[in-house]
Amino acid sequence: MKELTYVEALNEALREEMMRDERVFLIGEDIGPYWEGAFKVTKGLAKQFGVERVRDTPISEACIVGAAVGAAMTGMRPVAEIMFGDLLTLAMDQIANQAAKIHYMFGGQLKVPLVIRSPFGAGKSIAAHHSQSLEAWFMHTPGLKVAVPSTAYDAKGLLKTAIRDDDPVMFFEHKLCYTTKSMIPEEEYLIPFGEADVKREGSDVTVFATFWMVHQALKAADKLSKKGIEIEIVDPRTLVPLDKETILDSVRKTGRLLIVEEDCKTCGIGAEIAAIVSEEAFDYLESPIKRIAEPDTPIPFSPVLENYVIPNDEAIVKGVIDLLES
Amino acid sequence: MSMQASKTTGIEKETLVTMYRKMLEIRRFEEKVWHLFGRNLIPGTLHLYIGEEAVAVGVCANLKIDDYITSTHRGHGHCIAKGADLKKTMAEILGKKTGYCKGKGGSMHVADAALGNLGATAVVGSAIPIAVGAALSCQLRGTKQVVACFFGDGASNNGTFHEALNMAAIWRLPVLFVCENNLYAMGTRISNVTAIENIADRASAYGMPGVIVDGNDVIEVYRAAKEAVDRARNGGGPTLIECKTYRHKGHSRFDPAKYRPPDEVEEWMKKDPILRFRNTLIEEGVLTEKQADEIDRQITETVEEAAQFAVKSPYPQPEEALEDVFVKLR
Ligand SMILES: Cc1ncc(C[n+]2csc(CCOP(=O)(O)OP(=O)(O)O)c2C)c(N)n1
Ligand SMILES: [Mg+2]
Repeated sequence: MKELTYVEALNEALREEMMRDERVFLIGEDIGPYWEGAFKVTKGLAKQFGVERVRDTPISEACIVGAAVGAAMTGMRPVAEIMFGDLLTLAMDQIANQAAKIHYMFGGQLKVPLVIRSPFGAGKSIAAHHSQSLEAWFMHTPGLKVAVPSTAYDAKGLLKTAIRDDDPVMFFEHKLCYTTKSMIPEEEYLIPFGEADVKREGSDVTVFATFWMVHQALKAADKLSKKGIEIEIVDPRTLVPLDKETILDSVRKTGRLLIVEEDCKTCGIGAEIAAIVSEEAFDYLESPIKRIAEPDTPIPFSPVLENYVIPNDEAIVKGVIDLLES
Repeated sequence: MSMQASKTTGIEKETLVTMYRKMLEIRRFEEKVWHLFGRNLIPGTLHLYIGEEAVAVGVCANLKIDDYITSTHRGHGHCIAKGADLKKTMAEILGKKTGYCKGKGGSMHVADAALGNLGATAVVGSAIPIAVGAALSCQLRGTKQVVACFFGDGASNNGTFHEALNMAAIWRLPVLFVCENNLYAMGTRISNVTAIENIADRASAYGMPGVIVDGNDVIEVYRAAKEAVDRARNGGGPTLIECKTYRHKGHSRFDPAKYRPPDEVEEWMKKDPILRFRNTLIEEGVLTEKQADEIDRQITETVEEAAQFAVKSPYPQPEEALEDVFVKLR
């Protein structure tokens, strides 16, 4: 075992998969030898594999993704990096109309084994164009798989699976998770899609969380534990496919569900989770489902404002106590 | 010097001195911002305009107060050149309630609607179509306003650039596309991602004039922009002006810019647009050394006042995060 950051774990996954499979190549802005990725995920890879396989591009998001789709359709296995999740908007046609639909629309003749990596998340005071969490858009688009690792361990195992998957995978990362660390085994491992991870066991309240919110929930869990309250933190790890069973099992056990999400509340991922639990485990609920999310605003710049909109451990503690008292 | 026309011939003294002041204002402002960032007073990131002052100033010197500009992540210089209040700009960069955007925008998103600054976008290239729309509006409303759209070399490879130039050309819109070619987009040399040498050469493909100027020579920028503004105002349509320039600092406050060869940096430092302009003004008798120094002293003081104002200003109340999502209904 060795301790790696989330960034290092992603880097290792890319390196291993590029060594294993010649068809894997990276394409994106400033991922090559001069910058090595805005968050250094591609550090050293251009040196090792050459600039043909770690390909710097112009600032052309639509064509980065489109070119990756075309290459994927014809025998390559591209991993495209879009520097910030907010900039996926420039490539939405290629993602949502092309990559997501090609296998279905052409009756299964063509496949798109493509990974698009991109970071989401607020908390760095970089304002409305660099801070969004847009997972729900992609979860709402049939044909895309969606990975949302919260830890370095999950990031590595899920990225390797994503690269070997034959469907387009939106592989989302979180800017604040980049510096978090996990113990990583020396030997190779993969994490299958559609397997949630219970990040902490507990019997009083189920807390559904992804990305940075998992870390906030873990902090809240320590505080609540001191008050004699034990929460169970369920991290889905992939939103598509979604491991409903683990979520439902946990709710059946605790009878209460708090959803914590770092996106705006309206039509966020939490709305879907709440609907699933209402449909499939309503009889087990001892209180209404509760959601903690961002308000329906863009992410503001000033830290005072930004901190106000991002859910934190304190909000989770309060939410759990409210749920237990309701 | 021979009897041939001097560099500044035909430009009013007042314009020259104003341009000098504005360039210096941007330089001292950015130096102050750099310093405040180092003191942890500025959240987030920072993209400084130092070294590129001649571009914004040379263009904006031709604009009227009701003409429009669009700006970028590297936008402080554009704002100031269009006449922005230094206090409100600085306060915004510090995330204060007294800033132009009440702390919601920050360094990458300063707008000043009253001065026709339609705002800075941090999505590279996304203001280019917006400038087209503003120019279309000027045309539809039948005003004589024009739009100056600033963007980088990197932005010129985004689809937005190509769609925007074509549309502006077919409708002969009153817009100047001002490409600040500082040779790099983050760590990417423009020559590594563009197969032609000059971005201005693309103009002919869309059917508009393309001009290349020394972006570190404010007089050259001024003259080129003047011609383009005159043409635009008189219904002659858009122009693409490529200003060759260089950022003195890294891409952002965190970037040591190791990807740039030291001799290249050194060569460009010698072409510092402010030093060059100062020398020209003194050589041609527009300013004396003493006057130039006095201007610098005054500006340093004004910038210091702006910094004090920003530092002392209050932060917004947290709940203000919920305001402004929609226009208030009355
Ligand atoms: C559409 C988009 N792609 C990528 C980025 C990340 N990014 C921010 S600034 C920048 C470089 C921009 O270069 P250029 O247009 O030349 O402007 P400069 O920074 O040199 O002034 C990049 C890639 C972004 N903000 N928006
Ligand atoms: Mg540039």
